[in-house]
Amino acid sequence: MQSLKRFNWTDVFMWVVGAALLILTIIGSYLTLQQGKYTTVQWFDLAVFGLAQGSVYALIALGYTLVYGILRMINFAHGEIFMSGAYLGYFVATSMQRSGFMQENPLLGIALIFLTAMTTSAILAAILERIAYRPLRGAPRLVPLITAIGASFFLQYVFRGLFGTQNRAYPEIAYIQGAIPLFGNFQIQKIQLIVIIAAAVMMAALAFFVQYTKTGKAMRAVSEDKSVAALMGIDVDKIITRTFVIGAALAGAAGVLYCFMFRIVTFYMGFIPGLKAFTSAVLGGIGNPPGAMLGGLFLGIFESLGPTLFLDGLGIPAPYQLKDVIAFTMLVMILIFRPTGILGERLSKTKA
Amino acid sequence: MNKRLIALFSVLVIASMALAACGGAGGGAAAYECTDAIGCVTVAPGDPIHIAYALTVSGPTSSLGEDSRGAIEIAIADRGGELLGHPIELSGEDTLCSAEGGQAAGTKLSADATIVGVIGTNCSSEARSAMPLISQAGMVMISPSNTNPDLTNPDHPDSHPGYFRTAHNDLFQGRVAAEFAYNELGVRSVATIHDGSPYAESLQAVFAEVFAELGGTVTAQEAINVGDTDMGPVLTTIAAGSPELIYFPIFEPEGNLIASKSKEVSGLEDVILMAADGLFADTMPEATGSAAVGMYLSGPYVDVNNAAYGEFLQKWADQIGGVPPSGFHAHAYDATNMLLNAIEAVAVVGEDGTVNIPRQALRDALYGLSGYAGLTGNLTCDANGDCATGEALGVFQLSQAEVDGAWPPPVFWQP
Repeated sequence: MQSLKRFNWTDVFMWVVGAALLILTIIGSYLTLQQGKYTTVQWFDLAVFGLAQGSVYALIALGYTLVYGILRMINFAHGEIFMSGAYLGYFVATSMQRSGFMQENPLLGIALIFLTAMTTSAILAAILERIAYRPLRGAPRLVPLITAIGASFFLQYVFRGLFGTQNRAYPEIAYIQGAIPLFGNFQIQKIQLIVIIAAAVMMAALAFFVQYTKTGKAMRAVSEDKSVAALMGIDVDKIITRTFVIGAALAGAAGVLYCFMFRIVTFYMGFIPGLKAFTSAVLGGIGNPPGAMLGGLFLGIFESLGPTLFLDGLGIPAPYQLKDVIAFTMLVMILIFRPTGILGERLSKTKA
Repeated sequence: MNKRLIALFSVLVIASMALAACGGAGGGAAAYECTDAIGCVTVAPGDPIHIAYALTVSGPTSSLGEDSRGAIEIAIADRGGELLGHPIELSGEDTLCSAEGGQAAGTKLSADATIVGVIGTNCSSEARSAMPLISQAGMVMISPSNTNPDLTNPDHPDSHPGYFRTAHNDLFQGRVAAEFAYNELGVRSVATIHDGSPYAESLQAVFAEVFAELGGTVTAQEAINVGDTDMGPVLTTIAAGSPELIYFPIFEPEGNLIASKSKEVSGLEDVILMAADGLFADTMPEATGSAAVGMYLSGPYVDVNNAAYGEFLQKWADQIGGVPPSGFHAHAYDATNMLLNAIEAVAVVGEDGTVNIPRQALRDALYGLSGYAGLTGNLTCDANGDCATGEALGVFQLSQAEVDGAWPPPVFWQP
């Protein structure tokens, strides 16, 4: 009787839609693989592309999820924080490339680019938090959200005003060009390897930081309950600023990695990756750092493999135009079956 | 309550008086009676003759827009900024190389009844949404660089009266590119990539069709989205068909990303890259880097030994500085001159210097244009609005010099 009462036509409909899409996916994949049009090497390449792209999404997503975990607020200006780091990194990279410094000391040069980008992003995020978000701490949740959207536009158009609308080409750093041969015909681009490893190292460092350092412990305490944390002698404002700074530094690093891969810098480059990273954070379970990492990698791989694997066999022409459709359909699917994301939201019961 | 009503009433009275005053001033001076089917533009003594541009002057495709705008300014400066004793006023809208930008520009331009004609747009997608509005407003529009065939196909809903172009039609460009690939390069299998824009989609379709007609194989016709950055997956899919040449007639920055990524995808190391006039911009080789070396571009070509063209380049260097950043400046220059000449031919000048420009007569004058000697050759407009000569198209090959900043590239082959 109880179960009958909870019977709901909307749920049934959603399950039917979900099951239909799942079956379509399986049939599509089966047909594609049966065609044998693509070799193992090509599937491997697609997976590596996806993994590298996903690593960048994951790094940005961490910033969304950390801030959400602590403030229950979606910092929509995070994509622009990513852009600002990439942009300032670009200026350092270009000047070092022109002066020949990059060719002589590639490792030092790359380290300097990262340092610039991460510092820029971190400082900008700290300023943003202080000016735009902190005065609204007690306000209803919609208010800081709107402010964040405003801040996002503000940053975008400041960069547009300062540096113009054109696309800038990131210098080709010879040191990280080329491919590393693996066994057989398999090979991996140096850049992709660097992106994947760098992202993994940073994510591991973050996990360690949150789990084992004093600040990390304080961050977790504040995310659990701000007022109790304050009673325990934690400076809540300071911890919140630090959270912003950490998230922003990761976004700045992601900006550099993104530029290494795609060699392009514009003032609106933060928008799409920001949106995708936000999707990753929701996919993995917002407020949950491991979830954000997983969500980012999932999204990257689905975007890369999905169109070929699911749609090619069904005879759909030009499947790559439907890349975003696949990514967002997957988001909808996962939210139908697991409304809190893959790993689930990790939020305390008493929401702010 | 009463006070408010009175206030509102008085505001209305004042406004209507002001409007009546304006109308009176305009109507009183004109002794000329307009009999044109779609109306006239009346320019009072001392008022400027107003033309406009609708070009993509900001963002990633700004090279195209800057290139055309400079040529329009030079054409106006050539006449000392005056036409029939009136100053020429040039205003403009940024069309952003998108349907939305074209829509916004078209709405704004068509609302300004003083505008006689428009030079634009740069991208076919802009024309598709702007042209219905501009045509409805009775204006003419001459495009220096829209190449989509539908825009001048009388059986297609995208073609509208009053639309002209000095740029080549893609039915021509696609054929030339396919013939070049098949006959000159000796390539037998190709793949194409488009970005869903009307320009790219139709151009690659024409290319693929002609290439197949010639006896070649088209291994894949892929597509990406404008704004995509990760071209690895789509190129890997293309590599499965192992084509000898990839034809991607799209824009910056997606075209740059495809070119630079293609060398990293296994199976495509030796593939020949070929694109079209959308990527014909000075920013493209530098942004693409070493992968651009050896790449072919079909695009607008004007013989540099042509004396008039040399003179034009000199004016560009003097008035704007440097060299034109893209390839359609000569087309824009011709378009502006065609418009100004046609205005001069059809305008009725009153005794006090009032100029009346009948709009339908202006269109008819342009449709009837024949043998106009422009920079791009002898222009003759057909009944559909195609005025291009077909002479001004070539295939270019990029080398390390262009990657290092030289522009334009040397012409490689001409049909």
